[in-house]
Amino acid sequence: MKILVVAILLLNLNLVNAQTDVEELVKKVKAKYEKVIDYEASGKMKTNVLFIKVPIANVKIYYKKPNKLKIKNENGVSFIPKGTINVNMNNVLSMKNYQVIEAGSEVIDGTPVTIVKILPEEDTEDVVLSKLYIDTKNLLVLKSITTTKENGTYEISMQYGEHSDYGLPKKVKFSFNAKGYKLPKGITFDYDNGAAKSDFDKAENKKGKVEITYSAYSINKGVKDEVFK
Amino acid sequence: MFFTLLKIELFKISKRPRTYIAFGALAVLIFLIQLALKANGDEFVGLLLSAQEDTFEIPRKEMLNGYFVCFFVLNMLLIHIPLLVALIAGDQISGEAGMGTLRFMIGKPISRTQIILAKYCASVIYIVLMLFWMAILGLFLSNILFGTSDLFIGRQFDVIVLEASDIMWRYLLAFLFATLGLSVIAALAIMFSVFSDNSIGPIVTATTVVIVCTIIQQLTVPLFENTITPWLFTTHMLGWKGFFYPETYQMVGENSGAVIKGSIENISAIYKSSAILFGYILLFLGIAIWQFRKKDILT
Repeated sequence: MKILVVAILLLNLNLVNAQTDVEELVKKVKAKYEKVIDYEASGKMKTNVLFIKVPIANVKIYYKKPNKLKIKNENGVSFIPKGTINVNMNNVLSMKNYQVIEAGSEVIDGTPVTIVKILPEEDTEDVVLSKLYIDTKNLLVLKSITTTKENGTYEISMQYGEHSDYGLPKKVKFSFNAKGYKLPKGITFDYDNGAAKSDFDKAENKKGKVEITYSAYSINKGVKDEVFK
Repeated sequence: MFFTLLKIELFKISKRPRTYIAFGALAVLIFLIQLALKANGDEFVGLLLSAQEDTFEIPRKEMLNGYFVCFFVLNMLLIHIPLLVALIAGDQISGEAGMGTLRFMIGKPISRTQIILAKYCASVIYIVLMLFWMAILGLFLSNILFGTSDLFIGRQFDVIVLEASDIMWRYLLAFLFATLGLSVIAALAIMFSVFSDNSIGPIVTATTVVIVCTIIQQLTVPLFENTITPWLFTTHMLGWKGFFYPETYQMVGENSGAVIKGSIENISAIYKSSAILFGYILLFLGIAIWQFRKKDILT
């Protein structure tokens, strides 16, 4: 009986330690990301959604603390998924009150990562749950799966380059749930060119993907509020 | 001799008041479309993508530009313009037969085949001028009024965005293809015109045929879709749109899903449509020449 009690106490102690570890880890990651007050970057955006056929777009990305993010195609038409606000980890990490839960470990592209779940404590937050895959050595989030109230679940993968000190990625892959698209034939008067129709309802993969490759970051040099309108 | 005949035919067309009805009607229609889109274009564009507004930010302002307006104009008007073409071409033989000038014409040392061909060529030149007028108002004026940006096209199952620098050549080819498509209507109207001695009959008949074909084409009934629809000239007249359907990279790979600049999704379909439209022109003109050569002009 004594042995059992001791075992339970040790187990609890371990859990408490692990909990403290992940909280510390998230704090360190947060501190790293908080070095960025604002940034402006150029990028190339590839959209891969079954029913959207668009060229690779040149976009500008603007960010300003605490949670303003705007992706703009200044010379053309691009469809930006609404949840792209979450491509910036600051938006997840900037939540004031949240719980951190350890959720195991994994290896992403050869890098060992610790998985943590972040649960906001306040009902007002749009984020319901965020699962972060953190490179503990470099204190970088390599992947996140965020479920929001308004815009569903988003999976984001990040690769880092020269701005990893600020936690700013060189490439972001953004995956989201897409909805079907259909217009009445009588409106479109389509020409049947014999090409296979991309009927969303019959498609197996209904996930949409957006990939942004960043270049020319300008960090903490000030971004005007007007660009977010 | 043929060119003299053609000049005369063009002169006759230019002297008919109804010739200018088409130009006036086009100007009014395009102006009304531009006015409507200027006033409520945002809502219209939003309507095309209303189901996606929860998922994507819809760049309505950028989508509503001159190229989009021109595509909208062509999409609406190229279905109705055949009526304007029939108005001129349907009168070519029957009008002269009705007025009694046909017998004077045939009395000259020119073949009846040449007369038909000259009248047909004059109608085609009229179509070219009409489409040029459409291009000025629908494309160039719209670009001035709405500005230019990427072109958004909504199809039944997908949307396409073409880069602004990848559009003008497509419009050029689209207008050329539209000329071919409308030339079928001219041949059809001339064919009916040969069988009649008054102008109204051939114009109404040609128009009716176009309307019936368009309705059949729009009926999504397998009975028609698998049999008649693929062979209707109205089906292939939509071939101008094929120039705006680009090829995309495979859904898997480096640039997966992205539009390939300067590409056409299925050029062979456009060749096939062109061949079918040429076939119709030859058929209608062949019947017209055959009938006209044995037409009794003395009664």
